[in-house]
Amino acid sequence: MIRWDSVEVTYGSARVLGPVSLEVQSGQWLGLIGPNGAGKSTMLKAALGLVEHRGHISLGNGDRQPGLDIAWMPQRPRMPEEMGLADYVMLGRTPHIGYLSSEGRHDLDSVRLALERLDLTDLADRPLGTLSGGESQRTVLARALAQEAQILLLDEPTASLDVGHGIEVLEVVDELRRTEGLTVVTAGHDLTLAGRFADRLVLLADGLIRADGSPHSVLTEENLTAYYGSGIRVIYDEDGPTVIPTRRSK
Amino acid sequence: MPLTIGVSAVVVAAAAGLLVGPADIDVWGVLLAIADVLPLVDIDHGLTEVEHTVLFEIRFPRVVLGGLVGAILAVAGAAYQGVFRNPLADPYLLGVAAGAGLGATVAFGTASDSDFLALFAFAGGLVAVAITYSLGRSVGGRTTTSLILAGVAVAAFATAVQTYVLQRNTETLREVYSWILGRLVTVGWSEVVSLLPYAVVASAVLLGSRRLLDVLGIGDEEASALGLDVGRVRWVVVVAATLATAAAVSVSGLIGFVGIIVPHTVRILFGWSYRVIVPLSLLFGAAFLMFADVAARTVVSPAELPIGVVTAFFGAPFFVLVLRTMRGVR
Repeated sequence: MIRWDSVEVTYGSARVLGPVSLEVQSGQWLGLIGPNGAGKSTMLKAALGLVEHRGHISLGNGDRQPGLDIAWMPQRPRMPEEMGLADYVMLGRTPHIGYLSSEGRHDLDSVRLALERLDLTDLADRPLGTLSGGESQRTVLARALAQEAQILLLDEPTASLDVGHGIEVLEVVDELRRTEGLTVVTAGHDLTLAGRFADRLVLLADGLIRADGSPHSVLTEENLTAYYGSGIRVIYDEDGPTVIPTRRSK
Repeated sequence: MPLTIGVSAVVVAAAAGLLVGPADIDVWGVLLAIADVLPLVDIDHGLTEVEHTVLFEIRFPRVVLGGLVGAILAVAGAAYQGVFRNPLADPYLLGVAAGAGLGATVAFGTASDSDFLALFAFAGGLVAVAITYSLGRSVGGRTTTSLILAGVAVAAFATAVQTYVLQRNTETLREVYSWILGRLVTVGWSEVVSLLPYAVVASAVLLGSRRLLDVLGIGDEEASALGLDVGRVRWVVVVAATLATAAAVSVSGLIGFVGIIVPHTVRILFGWSYRVIVPLSLLFGAAFLMFADVAARTVVSPAELPIGVVTAFFGAPFFVLVLRTMRGVR
């Protein structure tokens, strides 16, 4: 469980987030949506302690320890080209390894498991610079999984992936959520995927929560038109909502 | 395997340093005399008393000092490059060397005692890096670019003041110049003894931090998200590297190039990880400077070349060669 309590972030005199209050239950998948600059990434970064904020962010069992309790998949990860894939995933074990010690058996096991889960075992020795976009994305997710944190924050997890790989990555996350009871928060622009995987959506705009609820109740043409602009249609089938962009002028 | 190569390089370089010199000492005698020093060993080495003194009071301390200085400069260079994620970072770029140079120049102008020289150089280096660090933080927060720029500014300022002081005290010009070019002149074991504690402590800290330098490779933000106290790691590494560099510079003068070429050569030959680069830079730095000193002592024998000239003269082409060869291989 993770809770944002009257959280506000300002850069100079500009307020980029909040105040927002939000609670995500254990095992829940929350999708943060909203136009560019809405404050989605900032909300995740505040939880990680990467930006200064007012208000309080806590976990169910008390104060948070970034790294140990919360794993993060950044929007634009920095991946040193020469670093090997398995070494990179091992960085996810950093919070578990003491300052002067080196990795132990459990760390190696966690990395192996993360590689297996994301089908990366055969690529373990490859330098990061030689990976395709999809492989890189899965590698970053593997690093986050190796942290063995209870809360997973994913910023644009499918941004550089084709639709097939995008679904594949989200399926892995969903399986982990169900089997390990992870709490998942994603931020992104793919509204259709967000609507199909998340069990709750929060629509942010200008740093404030504008809508909060099931994908059905948030992904309405009225909401989306109000905050993304006109030209958006939403249709529903048995799998969930599909958001369709339409041209504003023809 | 790489570790074995590194240790072998140090042993070979040390042997060369002990066996080569203007005084023509029998090779076999040198080996026996060294064996004789070992506990429980008593051998007749056949060296005269003068030869014995040359070996143990001149060559030996000089070889050890060369090894220590080389190891410190190389490992500090590797640490700076890792902590600032900048392949060009070295003691020169952060103003340490320029600050130490200014301190030394002031010392030459005010006192002739060599103890003051070391102290002034040491203080100059530390003050310079402290200014660089606080300036970098105050203008650019956590970015490394602002720190490097601050270092360049501090170095330029210190060099300007140094030139001014030199202009006012032209009689010390020659001494200061010889110090700037770097030298490994020893008076028995005193330099080694004064440098050793800094070398040991700094090496231990930097070796202990090598895994964390790899974590810093993914950027401050992601490293922080992994629970790493980035500011603290950077501070500890910079302080350790700077203390050791200032100590080395205060006894040996400004020996350039070691902090850049050794870590980069190690990186090209043995891989990207600081877990490998830090320990191997220590070994290859020691070996490189011991070899350079052999060259400095023999090329224009019986006169000596400044060792800083040798490191650049042999180091630059060697480095270019390594760069070119490895690019062909890949």
